[in-house]
Amino acid sequence: MFEDMVTARYYEERLQEEYLEGKQPAFDISAGPIPGELHLAAGQEAAAAGVCRHLRDDDTVTAPHRPHHVAIAKGVDLKRMTAEIFGRETGLCGGKGGHMHLFDPDAGFACSGIIAEGCPPAVGAGLAASKRNEDSVAVAFLGEGAISQGGFFESLNLAAVRELPVVFVIEDNDWAISMPKERVSDVADGSRRAEGFDMPGTRVDSDDAVAVSEAAKEAIGRARDRNGPSLLEVQVHRRMGHFMGDPQTYRPEADQEAAADRDSIERLAAELRRRGVEDETLESIREDAHERVDEAIEWAKDQPEPSPEDAYEDVFANPPSGVTDEEPAYDLGTDARAGVESGGDD
Amino acid sequence: MAESEPEQEPEAETAGDAEPQVVERDLTMSRAMVEAIAHEMREDEEVFYMGEDVADYGGIFDSTEGLLEEFGHDRIMDVPISETAYIGAAVGAAQEGMRPIAELMFVDFFGVCMDQIYNQMAKNTYMSGASVSVPMVLTTAVGGTYNDAAQHSQTLYGTFAHLPGMKVVVPSTAYDAKGLMHNAIRDDDPVVYMFHKRLMGIGWMPAPDGPKTPVPEEAYTIPFGSADVKREGEDVTVVTLGLHVHRALEAAAELADDGIDAEVIDLRTLVPLDTETVRESVAKTGHLVVVDEDYRSYGVTGEIIASVAEDRLADLEGVERVAVPDVPLPYSRPMENEVIPGAEDVAAAVRSVRSTESGAE
Repeated sequence: MFEDMVTARYYEERLQEEYLEGKQPAFDISAGPIPGELHLAAGQEAAAAGVCRHLRDDDTVTAPHRPHHVAIAKGVDLKRMTAEIFGRETGLCGGKGGHMHLFDPDAGFACSGIIAEGCPPAVGAGLAASKRNEDSVAVAFLGEGAISQGGFFESLNLAAVRELPVVFVIEDNDWAISMPKERVSDVADGSRRAEGFDMPGTRVDSDDAVAVSEAAKEAIGRARDRNGPSLLEVQVHRRMGHFMGDPQTYRPEADQEAAADRDSIERLAAELRRRGVEDETLESIREDAHERVDEAIEWAKDQPEPSPEDAYEDVFANPPSGVTDEEPAYDLGTDARAGVESGGDD
Repeated sequence: MAESEPEQEPEAETAGDAEPQVVERDLTMSRAMVEAIAHEMREDEEVFYMGEDVADYGGIFDSTEGLLEEFGHDRIMDVPISETAYIGAAVGAAQEGMRPIAELMFVDFFGVCMDQIYNQMAKNTYMSGASVSVPMVLTTAVGGTYNDAAQHSQTLYGTFAHLPGMKVVVPSTAYDAKGLMHNAIRDDDPVVYMFHKRLMGIGWMPAPDGPKTPVPEEAYTIPFGSADVKREGEDVTVVTLGLHVHRALEAAAELADDGIDAEVIDLRTLVPLDTETVRESVAKTGHLVVVDEDYRSYGVTGEIIASVAEDRLADLEGVERVAVPDVPLPYSRPMENEVIPGAEDVAAAVRSVRSTESGAE
């Protein structure tokens, strides 16, 4: 767990550096080596690490738009994930998905950039396991802001009535973009929403990876033993803005400071020391993690960008007649393009 | 980016308000939208704005920047992330005679709430035999060009314009944005107001120069169904909307250097659609290029060409369409640049259509 958490934290620190390159002085979201939005999960590592340590490769995880810490804890290929974030050809999705849409079937990992919409596919993975009589499980991660969405409620209900091996994990970071939790829900304990579906609901009221792990062990064990779904809510903290470039003017400074003070990684380090783990051991784990991250980032940056024509591939797994991987189904004006090919960038 | 500004101050249509004065100040598109909303909210207590991050944040794309300070949380309402609930609630409030504006943060999120949009908002007037009306505005951000991948970069003009019962508005300049917003709020039907992120003038997403225009301080309306000729020309008609008005103007400036005089028509609204302005232009130029940031098939490009062909087939000497090929918007920059039409794609299509004798594509 400690390794996953320090890897995720350092990974995002490095991504942040890379992301800011070329975007200043006037912040331009489309400039630099990593364009588009970037949602960082610093402060949420305990939820991912505590849950995923109980999962196997054949278990399925769906993550929301803030996915890196979950991906790392689930064992997604770090190099190919990084190449994807940099939009490179050898990225997990060939440069088509980007940071909110990482797919690694080998690690049983998928994402959605749409709030709560990772829940139904997780139910589907649970359904597949159930139909095939396998003991794999599915975990859907979502933020506390997502628990107002219909897709979340409908997924809980379907998983419950079919007794599917699914665990829903709410990462409660207190903020739905600019909306504090108390203005989103009249129920402070999101795990109570499980009551309406007659499934167990548990809340871990601190970003304590050990406590998360214990609660997750029970929920995942229950799913694996075919005793149905559970809902687990974990208090985490959002140390950053909603996305890189978010000025957070809506957020009280005290809240930001509180988030920075409650560091789940330091908390776990202290616990490990209390249990007799040497500082040197922790430091060596940290160093190894940093090395791995630096290596992944350097590797990713060396990877080639996709060619523009790659955009036409992969719309279908089985392209219908007239749609091939070799040439675009539709050109931006066949005659027109011939005239501008030498023009390069279009 | 776009070198050309609109050639002249677009003609102002007034509806009950004083003739707009020519003023010196230029506004960004978002400021112009907000000014219209604020004006209507002052005039009518029944107007309110509801959406995600629209109050304290001021709208992720500055669509409500500054409104909270004047109107407070009761009228500028942040809502939980639950589009079905709040867009449906806007439908219900509108049916009670209020005039809600509901914001769908990215048009791509329509999937989580489309029933409320197309089965309720758009159809209740018809199904009730007009005993019910739904005077609401659904605002939403559209468009790519900043590498946000396929769930955050679509325009989906065709999706909304295809389904009957919604008026669909797509401004390209601050002047148009304000006049169209006044009209949208005053309209007794549901209006989908689609603003392109790249045109808003947001701090973190630089806009081209074009959309920032002079904007009168007083209220004025631009009637729906009136396309605007943003550049007059004799040789070829370029029909487009949103961001691509500016890319077409950029292309036209380049083409002018080569002696090709392109007319650029900004549709401004898709429903109702001003086909007459397009037909008249094609009668003059004989050549038609339609440019769209939406997917090519079953979309705006086909609709415009069909509507001209139905009436004025004989006028058409050549036709080209420039749109996003039928692929979801890819993340990485070389691929996104490939599929979103640039000014050079427009210019190439214009050159191509001019060299076509038969008009066959």
